[in-house]
Amino acid sequence: MSDSAKITLATAWLDGCSGCHMSFLDLDQRLIELAEKVDIVYSPIVDTKELPRDVDVGILEGAVSTEENLQVARRFRERCKFLISLGDCAVSGNVPSMRNTFDLDDVFDRAFVETVQTQPGRPTESLPTLLRTVVPIHHVVNVDLFVQGCPPSADTIWYVLTELIAGRTPDPTQLTRFGA
Amino acid sequence: MPGPPVTTSTGMKVRVVTLKINEHDIGARETDSILDVAQANHIRIPSLCFLEGLSTWGACRLCVVEIEGYPRPVSACSTTVSEGMVITTHSDRLKRYRRTILELLFAERNHVCSVCVSNGHCELQDLAAECGMDHVRVPYRNQPYAVDSTHEMYRVDHNRCVLCTRCVRVCDEIEGAHTWDVMGRGIECQVITDMNQPWGDSSSCTSCGKCVQVCPTGALVKKGTAAGEMEKHDEFLPYLAQMRGNR
Repeated sequence: MSDSAKITLATAWLDGCSGCHMSFLDLDQRLIELAEKVDIVYSPIVDTKELPRDVDVGILEGAVSTEENLQVARRFRERCKFLISLGDCAVSGNVPSMRNTFDLDDVFDRAFVETVQTQPGRPTESLPTLLRTVVPIHHVVNVDLFVQGCPPSADTIWYVLTELIAGRTPDPTQLTRFGA
Repeated sequence: MPGPPVTTSTGMKVRVVTLKINEHDIGARETDSILDVAQANHIRIPSLCFLEGLSTWGACRLCVVEIEGYPRPVSACSTTVSEGMVITTHSDRLKRYRRTILELLFAERNHVCSVCVSNGHCELQDLAAECGMDHVRVPYRNQPYAVDSTHEMYRVDHNRCVLCTRCVRVCDEIEGAHTWDVMGRGIECQVITDMNQPWGDSSSCTSCGKCVQVCPTGALVKKGTAAGEMEKHDEFLPYLAQMRGNR
């Protein structure tokens, strides 16, 4: 049950490897302390299927690579008071954006034909439409805080969250950097 | 008033001038650049194309400083000090300029740190952290550049190049081979080996590796290095430059 005194937190991963969420889980025993102050209302690591209408803090991992990523980013911006780009993919496009220098047809063939031994061929359904260009989150919606790192360390994530809980705006640039 | 002349190691007479950097009173030789004087007085000015022991290039503009009475910022590496200068190294405007320069560099070619062999040992990455460049506001260009792996020991990845020309200068001024040069303009600008031939076919390259050691990014690297493994060492440079200068 949601406790109204707690800060609500929503997270999602777009085009990323989930490493930033793994780093979040690396908070280890600090997760218990966090759970006393924060209510995780939507995330790949909880069961909720719908992003609530009004969330205090939203965290997005990963770059914007597909139409679905774009929708999620926009929904998070609409519904979260404070939006964080977590990790290099969200902040800069990082590895997912390295497909930008290739033709989209070649990208599909590489992923589904050239490197597949069993039933090679492009999927015809269930896949979100790929955007021609992978972009960082802040190139499609406004972002309030950038947390670099591949992935950002658990200590960095802890610093950011505890500062926000304390009502301050964190400056993580002293703790993390591109590629960290 | 200029101070009395002092005699340098080469026997040249040089005047001493007094100036201010960030409110500190400083005495310096009138032949020194603002960057030299700042470094000698432990005042940090971010720089990228500058490297002690090589000629001054003044291309990256990261070392811009403000001088009272000057209409626009100047590069600290290529401006010599003069009597009574009042210099500011970190105004809000200069910080904004440096950050913008870094954003443009990151947007121009591929500077994805996480998979770079120089990750953790890269001057561009360090500068982004130092100057608080935590995201790029301009669109990324996403243009591919060539990777030349024809040399038996080294590789040039033009996607990582910031055109500082340290490789060009060290090859010409220290090694004396002049294998490297610059070709093309604007976004087409690239460092080249010999007459834009594959590096492995170069008849002038001595394979000394000085260019690799002075390269600030992952553009010039040793082959066989994985992400984060390419550490560079340019400590040899001031000594070699001095020995060459003394001949």
